[in-house]
Amino acid sequence: MNRSAIDLWVGVFVAVGFGAILFMALKVGNLLTLDRASGYRIEANFDNIGGLKLRAPVKAAGVVIGRVEAVRLNPKTYEALVTLRVDNQYSFSRDTIASINTSGLLGEVFVALDAGGDSVMLKDGERITKTQSAVVIEKLISQFLFDKAAEGGGGSKK
Amino acid sequence: MSTDALAGVTHFLRRLGGAVTGSISRLGFASRFLVAIAWHSPQALRRFQLTIREVYFAGVLSLVIILMSGLFVGMVLSLQGYETLKRYGADEQLGILVALSLVRELGPVMAGLLFASRAGSAITAEIGLMKTTEQLAAMEMMAVDPLARVIAPRFWGGVISMPLLAALFSAFGIFGGYLVGVRLIGIDDGAFWGQMKAGVDVWPDVTNGIIKSLVFGIAVSLIAVFEGYDAKPTAEGVSTATTRTVVISSLAILALDFVMTVFMFRGGGQ
Repeated sequence: MNRSAIDLWVGVFVAVGFGAILFMALKVGNLLTLDRASGYRIEANFDNIGGLKLRAPVKAAGVVIGRVEAVRLNPKTYEALVTLRVDNQYSFSRDTIASINTSGLLGEVFVALDAGGDSVMLKDGERITKTQSAVVIEKLISQFLFDKAAEGGGGSKK
Repeated sequence: MSTDALAGVTHFLRRLGGAVTGSISRLGFASRFLVAIAWHSPQALRRFQLTIREVYFAGVLSLVIILMSGLFVGMVLSLQGYETLKRYGADEQLGILVALSLVRELGPVMAGLLFASRAGSAITAEIGLMKTTEQLAAMEMMAVDPLARVIAPRFWGGVISMPLLAALFSAFGIFGGYLVGVRLIGIDDGAFWGQMKAGVDVWPDVTNGIIKSLVFGIAVSLIAVFEGYDAKPTAEGVSTATTRTVVISSLAILALDFVMTVFMFRGGGQ
């Protein structure tokens, strides 16, 4: 095989290979949809974050608008301090409610933001005061069982 | 009787010790060899045409097996993944399953294994035969350094080809997964790609896959050229060296993959 044919084939190979990497970056991965570096930070305190993990989505009305950047425990109040990174194009009022939800019974855990009516918007580094903790299913079930047991006990006495 | 038994034991111990020191000194020689390749690389890369030729032999000629394997692995992954995910009603997550398995693990590892058996063995056999027919010695006589003229271009050809082959393997695997998942089984097109986009991150998933394939490329290429250069200059020696290349490369890929996975994806952060 002569030299120019080899050059041509190697050129095609390298181009297609880089095409495959680009395909994985753009079509498979999310290089363009959510840039990690952009956006501003909001903090929120939760009594219990349940199964919330780093890089979990932050959603408003079901639309992904950011990611969970850090989860820490406040050593004084024993509350979880969650740092959210929200895309710059969205701003939220100061009385926004942050809650930890689960999509479906086995689905992923995410932070939902419900915008309030205040005209003052949250700025970088500010804290959401109104939060709603994760629902712990075991607690719910045990509460339900205790209620049932209490009802049943009351019924048998009569 | 007892002296016979003693002789047997010392013979065994001597052979064991010989095997251990032999393999350790080979390891030392291989490390020295890597440094020598690096030292001769600028000289070799200045004549880049040689490396391009090796990219052709190691990369372009491996394309068919890599692309076909990628396609079939993706299709099987999609079928099996669907069967399992269906039980939990999570069959729309198939895109994530296929893409993450391919991009993180199967792409680099399978492409590496195929590359070792397709291209690595060929490199070893070629260099081993050059040594057997005293072509390497003849080059030295002509004041041409075989490390710069023969070894380094083959090494760099492999190192350049491997990440591209792994990326193509993953891309074709995802395409195969799409064919089976969306076209054959009938998962929603948007859910397949959308879930995939939401679940796969360029950093760390895609970049770590590329890093893995680069490391495998270096490992396989080094093992291939080293085994060829170190082969006994006989027909049997070349065949043994070729076998060793495939066996050692495969083990090295799997072991390196485990080590890198531990460092890259150890829980928590995901």
